[in-house]
Order: sequence, then structure tokens, then C-alpha cells
Amino acid sequence: MADFSLSGAPHSVDDIQSSYMAQVQRRRLYGGLTLLIFVVLMVSGFNVADARNAGGFWDGLRRIFDYPADVLSEAWEKRADLPGLMAKYFPALVETLNIAAVSTLIGALGGLILSLLGTRGLAKWPRLIPVFRRTSDIMRAVPEIVIALMLIFVLGGGPVPAMIAIAIHTAGALGKMFSEVAENADLKPLEGLASTGATWAQRMWLGILPQVAPNYLSYALLRFEINIRASAILGFVGAGGLGYELRNAMAWGPGRFDEAAAIFILLFGTIVFFDQLSSRYRNRLTEGQGQ
Amino acid sequence: MTSADLSFAKHQADTLFRRKRLIGFGVPAVILAYFAYIVFAFDLPGLAQRANLDNAVTLASDSWSHKVHVTRDNRSGAITYAFEGERKGTYPDGQRPDWVSGDEVITINLGAGHLVRYLPGNRTEIDVPGFPLIKVQAEGRSLTSNLPEDLPKWISASNRRIAVNTPEGRITLTGARSEVFKYFPGWELFWFTLDSPYHGQSLTQILFGAQIDPARGNITGALSDFWNNPMWRHKDVAWAIGETILMAFLGTMGAAMIALPLAFLAAKRFSPIMLLRGTTRRLFDFLRGVDALIWTVVLARAFGPGPLTGALAILITDTGTFGKIFSEALENVDQKQIEGVVSTGAKPLQRYRFGVIPQVVPVLLAQILYFLESNTRSATIIGAITGGGIGLMLTQAIQTQKDWEEVAYYITLIVVMVMFMDWASGWLRGKLIGRKD
Repeated sequence: MADFSLSGAPHSVDDIQSSYMAQVQRRRLYGGLTLLIFVVLMVSGFNVADARNAGGFWDGLRRIFDYPADVLSEAWEKRADLPGLMAKYFPALVETLNIAAVSTLIGALGGLILSLLGTRGLAKWPRLIPVFRRTSDIMRAVPEIVIALMLIFVLGGGPVPAMIAIAIHTAGALGKMFSEVAENADLKPLEGLASTGATWAQRMWLGILPQVAPNYLSYALLRFEINIRASAILGFVGAGGLGYELRNAMAWGPGRFDEAAAIFILLFGTIVFFDQLSSRYRNRLTEGQGQ
Repeated sequence: MTSADLSFAKHQADTLFRRKRLIGFGVPAVILAYFAYIVFAFDLPGLAQRANLDNAVTLASDSWSHKVHVTRDNRSGAITYAFEGERKGTYPDGQRPDWVSGDEVITINLGAGHLVRYLPGNRTEIDVPGFPLIKVQAEGRSLTSNLPEDLPKWISASNRRIAVNTPEGRITLTGARSEVFKYFPGWELFWFTLDSPYHGQSLTQILFGAQIDPARGNITGALSDFWNNPMWRHKDVAWAIGETILMAFLGTMGAAMIALPLAFLAAKRFSPIMLLRGTTRRLFDFLRGVDALIWTVVLARAFGPGPLTGALAILITDTGTFGKIFSEALENVDQKQIEGVVSTGAKPLQRYRFGVIPQVVPVLLAQILYFLESNTRSATIIGAITGGGIGLMLTQAIQTQKDWEEVAYYITLIVVMVMFMDWASGWLRGKLIGRKD
């Protein structure tokens, strides 16, 4: 009896060891192959990008600090003017922030409606759930610049095209995030409300919103941060605000670099400020929920 | 005692209710007031004047239809037939659309009884049902016509230019040239241009029929003519889409590779030196705060327009974002696994490799893949600014303000591209770290 187990055990340990080693080896092979494919993709991708770029990578790397240095040195020479220039561009900054704020508000409202209509268990018309989901997918997939440029053609330049474009994208993006939150909401309050004869809107307003509000607010704040950046970028293609002023200042070239520097500083300061502010509030919101 | 307690509780409840009521009315009121301010700040009442509804109509109709121009040069008398009036879409010599007839007198049949005749001596006749025959004579730079004083809304006329808009087509006459536009649904010459022998051939004929072009096989010839279509530039579009995806891929992956080691420096767990930690964190904040727009502008000066600039702009911005996310993930790793690895006598590097990395990889991969998708969208926008990829083609097409069918085509492709990247990153995420939940 003892003899049998003694002779059997080493054999099976060997077996296990060799099969383990084989598995480890196969794993390493796959891992190595994946890594190899990744490296090949990166290197060849880099080469293609480098070849299709107007200036080469290594050439440009040496000149990477030329422009910032020019701007900074000129701004330093005219540093006395900077506060005045910042005051001059402050209205443009306010416009950029307004675009971001309005589009976040409208987008959040749209996202809220899309998410409630597109979440299983909450939807008013369960059959139409895929419709609302695809709608928010498509709204999310269209880059803001596409809608902004087309609206600029129709409505003329200014903040409104940027606002609509960002709002549409925000509604799609928040619609998805909101609906992920709403999926985890407790449905019991809904049943309670339904038993009192509440309408769909009342059920959502009183049963679901109080549960999801902290998360929704936190996502909306995060979107606001993103939208400030987006609204600055859209300004660059003609939709008003700080980006538009930046493009004009850049077009003037040397001699007016102090204006570009003032705009850079305003934009940088604003983004950092609102990042900090919103991350503080978001932390508070999500912490409050954890307790 | 109890009554005092009760009144205190009631007082508290009252304050709470008052505050809730204040918020319940205050927040919507503030938002409404803000919207009212915006209406004036954005000059919404003035928008109605600035908005150009004609542009909207052009945009909407051009994006799904095309027009064929029949143009007579009044100086030389030469007549050209061209899709969208472009040289690339011109009919070869001796060919013309079948709704044009006649030699001495060119008759253009716009359909539904609408006829335009180009007569010798730079005369033009326009026959619209229910309206007297319009006769126009071009001389030098001016036009003389038999049009009455009070014109219907669809005709505008001066002695320099006469424009007639009918549901079947548009006619524009000036001293120098006479032009007729006839509209057709669909995207013109999408597969082959007129100079290709495969134009007008059906798919079955190309695939199974007799050889059309004696020099080339049907399928290779058709593919190459489609690929090199000068009107729609399928080759350039494919390259542009590739460039955009490349920008997103290089930028995201490069950022992740740079951010990972830096994130260790920024995480309290792994970086005991506070100065180093603080510096790294400020670096991340700086990279993120400067924003892709400024990076793009700065980098475009050094590297020139192209996909590399876009990739680098994404790379630099996302290094900041990834650094922050990664270091937060590293702060939250479970110490027990590292202790377990240490107990086997692992060296510091092995500790990271086997104790830390396996814990954070799912989080990192999920973030990287999410950013890959979102950066495809950013790459489109950055491409429009720095000049590369599909974003550039889109802005160029929009700026010409007439190739709306190309704009519609590019937008469709962009949406498909982004949705594909969304799906692909979700699929990869599922394969690599399993579905969530």
C-alpha cells in the first residue's frame, strides 16, 4: 500500500511539473509574441507617422523649445503689459467658460433623459431602449468639431455653434455614464411610488434621481472640465472665445507673442483652477455617498 | 424636558426643510437666470439675422444629391458638361448626358417640361411651364431679356446676372457664361469617374463579364480605378483615416509607456522622497493643464503639420492624465500581495513585477483602452488644427463650402471609425481583463 503511493507520487509530481512548465512556456511565448507585435506596431507606426509628417522627428526635437522660448522671452520683455493684455482677453475667457457651462448644463439634461429612457427597468417605453442607446452612441461618436464646423457655416461664427456641438457630444457621453449608474439604482422606491399612482416622470424624479444625484453631479463636473478644453479648441476653428483669440494672436507672429503668452497663461490658469475645484467637489460628492 | 427636546428637533427639522426648499427653488432659479444671461451674452436674438438659411438648404440638399453643370462660355461658344462643375468630373470630348440634345441649338431637358435652349449668337431661351418663354441675349458683359418688371420669387434679374430657380434645376446667366444645373439624388461618380472604362458598368459585368479594358484584368483594373478615383480620392481618405488612428494609437500607447514609470515616482507608496513625488505630480498637472490645444500649437511649430505632431500632442497631454490615474491606482494596491512576494526573497524589481503590476494591470489597461477610443476623436480634432488625418480633409472640404457630399462622406466615415474603435477597445478589454461585473 505504502509502496504503491511512494512510487506513484514522484511520477505525478513530475507530470504536474512538466505540464506546469509547458504552460508557463506557452504563456511566455504568447506574452512575448504580443509584446513583439506591439513593438513592431509602435516602431512601424512611428516611422510611418514620421515619414508623413512635414518636419522630421529628430529635426523637430531640437527645435521643440524654440517657439516657447521665443514667446516667453518676448513676454518677459513686455511683462509690464501682461496684466493689461490678460484683462483685454478676460471677456474671451468668460465666453469660453460660458460655452462650457451652458453646454454642460444642456448636455447633462439631455444625458439624463437619454439615460433614463435607455436603461432597462426604468425606461418609459422598454421597446425603444435600443433606439435611445444607439442615439446616445452616435451623439457620442460624432466629434464636436464636425457639428461645430457645419453649424458655423449655417449660423456664422460665434459661441452658439460651439455650444450646440459640445452639448450634443456631452449628452451622448453623459447618457452612457448616467445609464451605467442608473442600472445599479435600487428599484424598490419605484415600486413604492408606482403603488401610489405616480406618473413616470414623478417616479424618476422622486425615486431614481435622489439615488443617483451624487454620481450624476460628479460626472457632470468632470464633463465641465473636459468641456472647457473642448470649447477652447473649438474657438480655434472659429467658434469664438479664447481659442479664437489665440489663433489670431498666433497669426500675427513675432512682435505680438506677448498676446499669445497672455492667452496661454489665462487658459492654463483656468484649466488648472477648474480641475482643482471640480476634483475637490467630486471627492466630496463620492465620499458622501460611501458613508 | 421632552417638550424642549421636541421643540429643538422641530426647529432643526424646520431649518432643514427651509434649506431644502431654498435649494429646491434656488437652484432652478439660478440656472434660469444664468440661461437668461446667456441669451444676451451669446446674442441669441441677433442669431436669427446672422443665420443663413440658404446655406442650411444647400448643405442639406448637397449632402445627398449632386448636380451636373452644362456651361456655355459666351466668348468661345464652347459647351462643357461636368459633374459639380469640376474638371475631374468633366465628360470626355464627344460625350454628353442623354438629357441634352441638338447640335446647332443645344436643348437641355430639365424634366417636367422645363427646357433650356442655348441658341447661336449667345442667345438663351428658358421654357418653364406656366410662365411665358424667357429670352435672354448676352452681349459683352450685359444681358438683355424679355423679363417683365415684377418677377416671381424664383427669378432674380439684373442687367448683369439672371438667376432662375426651378424645382427641376437652376439656371444662372451672366454676360460671360450661361450655366444650367440639373440635380440628381445620390453621390456622383463615387465608384468610377467618367474617364474610367468601368464607369456605368454593373458589378456583375465587372466581376463576370467580358474584359472591358484590354490592358488590364477587370477586377484589378476596377479596383485600381476605384482606389485612384480623383473625385472622391478613396486612397487619400483611407490614408487619412489610418493617420488619425495612428495618431491616437501612438499617442495613447506612448503616453502609457512614459507615464507608468513616472507614476511610481508620484505614488506615496513607492516614492519616499517627498520632493521627487511633488515634482512628478506637478509635472503631471502641468502637462494636463497646458492642454492639447496649446501643445498642438507649440509642437506644430517644431514638427510641422502631420500625424507625428498630433501623436506627440496626444502623448504629452495624456502622459499627464495617465500619470495621475496610474499613480492613484498604485496608491491603492494591496500590500499583502507585495509582502507575499517579498517573503519568497524577491528583489525590488521582482517585487514590482510580480507584486504590483498584476494588481494594477487591469485598471491601467481599462483606462488605456478607454483613452484609445476617446483619443481617436481627439485626433480628428487635433488633425484639423495641426493638419493631418481625416480632420484636415474634413475641414478642407467644409471650407470649400460646396463639396457637402464629401463632407457627408467624411462624417459618416469618422462616425464609423469612432464607433469601430469603441467596439474594438471594448472587445480587447473583454479579451484581456474579462468583462466587468
